[in-house]
Amino acid sequence: MSSNRSLEPSSLSLNDLPWQIRYSNDRCTLCGQCTAVCPVQAIELKVFQKRMVKISIQQDTPHSNQYDTFYGIRQKTRVENACIGCAMCTMVCPNDAIAPVKNPGLDRLKFHINQKGIPRRRGGRRNSSQSILDRIKFTRISMLTDPALDAGRHEFEMRTLLGRVLSPRENMKRLKEKGWIPPVREIYPLIIGGMSFGALSPSMWEGLQMGVAYLNEEMGMPVRICTGEGGCPPRLLRSRFLKYVILQIASGYFGWDEIIHAIPHMKEDPCAIEIKYGQGAKPGDGGLLMWHKVNKLIAAIRGVPPGISLPSPPTHQTQYSIEESVAKMLQSMSMAWGFRVPVYPKISASSTSLAVLNNLTRNDFASGLAIDGEDGGTGAAYTVSMDHMGHPIASCIRDNYLNLIKIGKQNEIPIFAGGGIGKNGNLAANAAALIMMGASGVQIGKYVMQAAAGCVGTEEDRCNVCNVGICPKGITSQDPRLYRRLDPEDVAQRIVDLFISFDTELKKIVAPLGRSTSLPIGMSDALGIDDHAAAQRLSIKYVV
Amino acid sequence: MCRLFALTSKDPVSPMLAIKALDVMKEGHDGSGMGLLLQDLGGPFEEMKEAPILSGIFSEEGIRRLDLFMMDKGFLTKYKITLKVPKKSVPGIPKRDLYLIRAYELPEDWDTLEPDEISQRLMMILLKIREMGEEKKDMMVFSFWPDTIMIKEIGDPMQLADYLGLDRKELNARIIMAQGRQNTNYAINLYACHPFFINGYCTMTNGENTAFIPIKDFLSSRDFPGYMGYQSDSEVFAHILHYAMVGLDMGIDAYKHVITPLQEKDLQQHPDAPFLAHLKRTCRPLIIDGPNCVIGTLPDHSLFMVQDRKKLRPGVVGGKAGLFGFSSEICGLDAVIPDRDTTKDIQPMHIDTAIVSPDRQEVKICRQTEALNLPL
Repeated sequence: MSSNRSLEPSSLSLNDLPWQIRYSNDRCTLCGQCTAVCPVQAIELKVFQKRMVKISIQQDTPHSNQYDTFYGIRQKTRVENACIGCAMCTMVCPNDAIAPVKNPGLDRLKFHINQKGIPRRRGGRRNSSQSILDRIKFTRISMLTDPALDAGRHEFEMRTLLGRVLSPRENMKRLKEKGWIPPVREIYPLIIGGMSFGALSPSMWEGLQMGVAYLNEEMGMPVRICTGEGGCPPRLLRSRFLKYVILQIASGYFGWDEIIHAIPHMKEDPCAIEIKYGQGAKPGDGGLLMWHKVNKLIAAIRGVPPGISLPSPPTHQTQYSIEESVAKMLQSMSMAWGFRVPVYPKISASSTSLAVLNNLTRNDFASGLAIDGEDGGTGAAYTVSMDHMGHPIASCIRDNYLNLIKIGKQNEIPIFAGGGIGKNGNLAANAAALIMMGASGVQIGKYVMQAAAGCVGTEEDRCNVCNVGICPKGITSQDPRLYRRLDPEDVAQRIVDLFISFDTELKKIVAPLGRSTSLPIGMSDALGIDDHAAAQRLSIKYVV
Repeated sequence: MCRLFALTSKDPVSPMLAIKALDVMKEGHDGSGMGLLLQDLGGPFEEMKEAPILSGIFSEEGIRRLDLFMMDKGFLTKYKITLKVPKKSVPGIPKRDLYLIRAYELPEDWDTLEPDEISQRLMMILLKIREMGEEKKDMMVFSFWPDTIMIKEIGDPMQLADYLGLDRKELNARIIMAQGRQNTNYAINLYACHPFFINGYCTMTNGENTAFIPIKDFLSSRDFPGYMGYQSDSEVFAHILHYAMVGLDMGIDAYKHVITPLQEKDLQQHPDAPFLAHLKRTCRPLIIDGPNCVIGTLPDHSLFMVQDRKKLRPGVVGGKAGLFGFSSEICGLDAVIPDRDTTKDIQPMHIDTAIVSPDRQEVKICRQTEALNLPL
């Protein structure tokens, strides 16, 4: 821009952008791979001119100019081309000549990503690396009075229950009278949370399913995966692998026509049905699959026309009250599979979660409650929802568990925690902390994408373009040119790595606490935190 | 690790036998306390098997309050034993006003009550006295149950026995459980001292209970007032026993399936697999992780021993027809029953429940992999 030109309000300089490209002309081979790979066309090949002034020392020789022309990379400053920091350019550069760097100052882009009046939408996370879970320590170490166990040698049974467990007396009574006993699944406490076919690419979905099948059939780990709201490929519905899958139904009912019609052909019951009422990343808002990603395949599975955005309503439109949502829907879904399949709701963590839980305790068809905290991820949501709406998971889980203790139902309705578990990489420690605060298990999503497929998203607003289908790793894209970058076999292998290593770490946490024969749900005496207020709030020890 | 010794004998024997066993296992306890349970009593109590006996420690003021309270409830003293203590105090043993062992006549209007109702009422009275005592620090009560005496005090077991004069005929019993305490993570509190008694069921344990909090939370929320206290993490073993046998109407062979259920592979091969799967699920919060050796007695005067799933604590059962001992260490058994056939001593392993039934003829080993006597 020339200095005498007028400025547009959204004219930005490099200094205004959150990510800045550092580029070394000396090392660049001008191969063009970085410009080709950039998902947002943030960089382009440019011709640069350099003027050298030659001062003559001879009186009779005039001063002169030398103009040098060279080629190089230039970063665009338009809002729509602002660098997202994914660093794919760095990945493809043969000479390490280019890299995005986080702007150390304050960027001004956020004031302008609302062009044409559309607020910023993105995929990803809340973008806050703060984590109360990371601060929780396991302080009740067995020393002398009781021996610490050996994570490598002792037998461990790190399993949890998904399903409505009756009180021992009631269960005994129904056994005697041959009454209906709600279905219960014994599963691994780390669950792959709902990420839909549509939000994820076919390669990613296939890789996840293969990894889960391998863990179950070869490693003997009863790992379960939730479909998210997007239906389920017909072949999977009719396969024996369906028993490893939790089918999700949400307010858009996407894919459920196909599922209902497949019921008579199912060889196995699904593990469970999750009814999504809320999502931690965007509580009170519905699911969203933007038109970019609704190709023919996705449209067919979901039962919708291609090329249109698919916003699910914030609530189930056919239901106007908790009786409708909880009693009728749980019962209807249970009935669809002959009362053989656990059905449970998933809600956003909220200060109203307790009310939901209290209602569920009086309903035998409620097989559990999944609570998704504010740090949960999403494929697409408004930034304002992601950043400012929601409730932290730790205190919500704790409140709910302590409430169950009060009414004596702590073993009867399992609570599953989701949202930000392992967001800074400490998956086993975060999961164990939540379990000891009362969760029966945890659901993870973003961690799976990061560990199993190399998602480049971080808590610093890096990438986060899952919503528009341009995922540079091919994880959340429906563009074959992108998702071919991801080999499903490799994803499956990494899923297995993830679960095996998690299992070892979980044992390394519980063994020194003297626990091995059962998952230490509610073992809050093992926990401590260096914040007095947090300790009081969570009813755990304050340690400094 | 505390030391435990229990015996079951055809004929009433002196509690000193068990205390002798504790004395030879002295390196395992530190004088921080002794607990003693006497059941199936001989002596004068033989004639009054129905009369509930209140055991506890009282101050002068406490005993006055107790008398008023009991009279008000309609209880009349039927028989009492006074433990006279020497005037000169012994270092390490606190000075108390009165150790009470008093049998009561049940109130007349209780005659028509069902046994369950009587149990419930006796428990509520015990809890009320405990609550009154905690309020003014003038009473500590350990049991209020027919044919049952409990003595607990701080000090070395042998010194305590001399001090309290326990070697007396009135205290002879056919079931004796004794624990010499190794104080660990709790302050010396007599309510934390084993054995623990609830409505005819009694256990003592050594080792820590790493799963204490979830178990305590579960029991406390059963809406059964007797599931309280928990000054010691071992108290839950007695309450789980009571819950399994009274609450769930199961036999002693199922107790181990509650506290240390079989793992999935073994469970599937069990003859009662479907029942056990339900039991494991529904009683999941009662699973212990050890390390614990639990010795307990049942209302029918069976005595049993179980170990944690990994068998991390020692424990041996041995004896001869008419007299069997359950001991933390073999030397304890040697001190009490030296003339037994030691080749028949049994150290119960991780899936065993060793039981000596009231006929006192043999040690029966009940393995978790065997079929159960089910209530169904």
